[in-house]
Amino acid sequence: MISSNEIRKSYTTAAISKPKSHLTTYWLAMGPGILITLASGFILLFLVLPLAVIFMEAFKLGIGHFFKSFQDRSAWHAIQLTLIATGISLPLNLVFGIAAAWAIAKFEFVGKSVLITLIDLPFAVSPIISGLIFVLIFGLQGWFGEWLAARDIQIIFAVPGIVLATVFVTFPFIARELIPLMQEQGSDEEQAAISLGATGWQAFYRITLPNIKWAVLYGVILCNARAMGEFGAVSVVSGHIRGKTNTVPLHIEILYNEYNVVAAFAMASLLALVGLVTLALKSFLEWKVRQDFKATLEPTLAEDH
Amino acid sequence: MGIEVQHVSKTFGSFKALKDVSLKVDDGELVALLGPSGSGKTTLLRIIAGLELPDDDGTGSVLFSGEDVAKTHVRDRQVGFVFQHYALFKHMSVFENIAFGLRVRPKRERPSKNAIADKVNSLLKLIQLEQFANRFPSQLSGGQRQRVALARALAIEPRVLLLDEPFGALDAKVRQGLRTWLRRLHDEVHVTTILVTHDQEEALEVADRVVVMNQSKIEQVGTPEEVFHNPASEFVIDFLGNVNVFKGRLEAGKALFDDVAMELPENSRFQTGQANVYVRPHDLDIDRHRNGSRSLAANIERINPAGAHAKLTLLGIDGNQIQVDLPFERYTSLALKQGELVYVSPRKVHVFAPEYMI
Repeated sequence: MISSNEIRKSYTTAAISKPKSHLTTYWLAMGPGILITLASGFILLFLVLPLAVIFMEAFKLGIGHFFKSFQDRSAWHAIQLTLIATGISLPLNLVFGIAAAWAIAKFEFVGKSVLITLIDLPFAVSPIISGLIFVLIFGLQGWFGEWLAARDIQIIFAVPGIVLATVFVTFPFIARELIPLMQEQGSDEEQAAISLGATGWQAFYRITLPNIKWAVLYGVILCNARAMGEFGAVSVVSGHIRGKTNTVPLHIEILYNEYNVVAAFAMASLLALVGLVTLALKSFLEWKVRQDFKATLEPTLAEDH
Repeated sequence: MGIEVQHVSKTFGSFKALKDVSLKVDDGELVALLGPSGSGKTTLLRIIAGLELPDDDGTGSVLFSGEDVAKTHVRDRQVGFVFQHYALFKHMSVFENIAFGLRVRPKRERPSKNAIADKVNSLLKLIQLEQFANRFPSQLSGGQRQRVALARALAIEPRVLLLDEPFGALDAKVRQGLRTWLRRLHDEVHVTTILVTHDQEEALEVADRVVVMNQSKIEQVGTPEEVFHNPASEFVIDFLGNVNVFKGRLEAGKALFDDVAMELPENSRFQTGQANVYVRPHDLDIDRHRNGSRSLAANIERINPAGAHAKLTLLGIDGNQIQVDLPFERYTSLALKQGELVYVSPRKVHVFAPEYMI
């Protein structure tokens, strides 16, 4: 039994250490637990489960069936086309991204803010619209349609259209990654290089590039993942011609619509794999880029001798 | 190599960073551009380097040994530029940083590998960092980094060395050491050097001549002694150290303020009228008793005896604060106490007539 004295004592202590403090402590102790459970639940439901489903469905009929899905000629073609579209759009966006970031971060010029906004355009518009833009420009009924048809050049419903759409959609990735880092780094080092007699190209190649190499790689990784996975814009310009203008994502859709679930998921597992590798590389590169940022922000000072 | 800047102006948007500035720097001289931030000193330095172009108004020109370099690119001007924040190449070792200017030369002008190594090693010796050749900039202290930046600039054997607040980012003790070191280095290498600083002590201590700048213009050019002892304007005397200002007037060759009447120097430009009288804290003396007509009554408000001079803050009868630097011996022999009434007498004054506004 508790004596009244003790009760009073515990009451006074509670009063001193703020009223309701018990409740607060209770919530503080429980809060993280609840939040962690909620978050884990979400991750399980929305990330882990779908990923698991992809691989489970792909291997549902055994490993033999999985590999058989790739023996199809059109499947191979889709993979090839995806690699071609990515292989062309990546270098293009690499050059463009570095050039745009270099111009924006290191120089002052008229129309700079317009350029920054324009770079974000592909993020802002729906991929369907991105695709339609090219149909409207190069399609048979489009602006240059007749001119192109007269010269027997096909862009829409052909590989060039797919490449164009992919380039457009993946346009911002590298530039967006580089601009903040390059702005932070400023142009002191380049100015120093020039004053020491370096040409513009030497300054870029020997000073700028080494300072941004990790960020460039990071942008390339993201750009690559998006280029391989792009569905909407490519879907509009491709025309879904099997064995001709189908990329991997388009091919997955067709297979799925034909109730060829195993083949669809086998192809999907390829993209998922690319995604996982991307994630791993991304987190490694993020760490590297942060180091570059840190080097600019707070130079660590050794002791003075 | 001598440098001449003639009638140079520079505008950034609507801001006039330089207004018709002219300056001559002799061969082998070490000149300090001194002024508060926004006075245009860094802009002037960057224009000399070619990192900034002067306004194209047809009057401005920059001459290196008499030759107009307006059309010469930074790359070809052969200037050694040292940045305030070092701008060392982060991803290169100290050795590579210093070698950079030699390595980027076109093939036919580029020294051989061995020649580059010799040059870099001799510069490492000059900056006393021989054992740090393989370190990276992030592994060096601020002072060491700035020395590397200097060596890197010297490696290309520049015709002129331009230093933009070179010690601005360092702490007081390191600054002091580097200052003396820079002066010694200059006496050894003898390359024409222009140094930008907002630290008057630094400018007065290091430079052969000081160029005091304010509001996009040059206020005064002279030896440290000249600008300190014969300041040409109120700005200069105010900027170069602490100073007391008294409102007074001029009458018959005398400056009158409070109870004091001081004889003006004979060549004084001002004869009668309103005037501001400036007295440096160390040009004031303190007495217990009134000393003729040449003293001000004041109460001792605060005493800071730490230092070669005892720094006293006094409150005049009219409520003006007066700063006095008293030699420590004088301070102890007087045995001054806080709150005491004393008499302050100036040894030397500077008089300026206030600018009239119409």
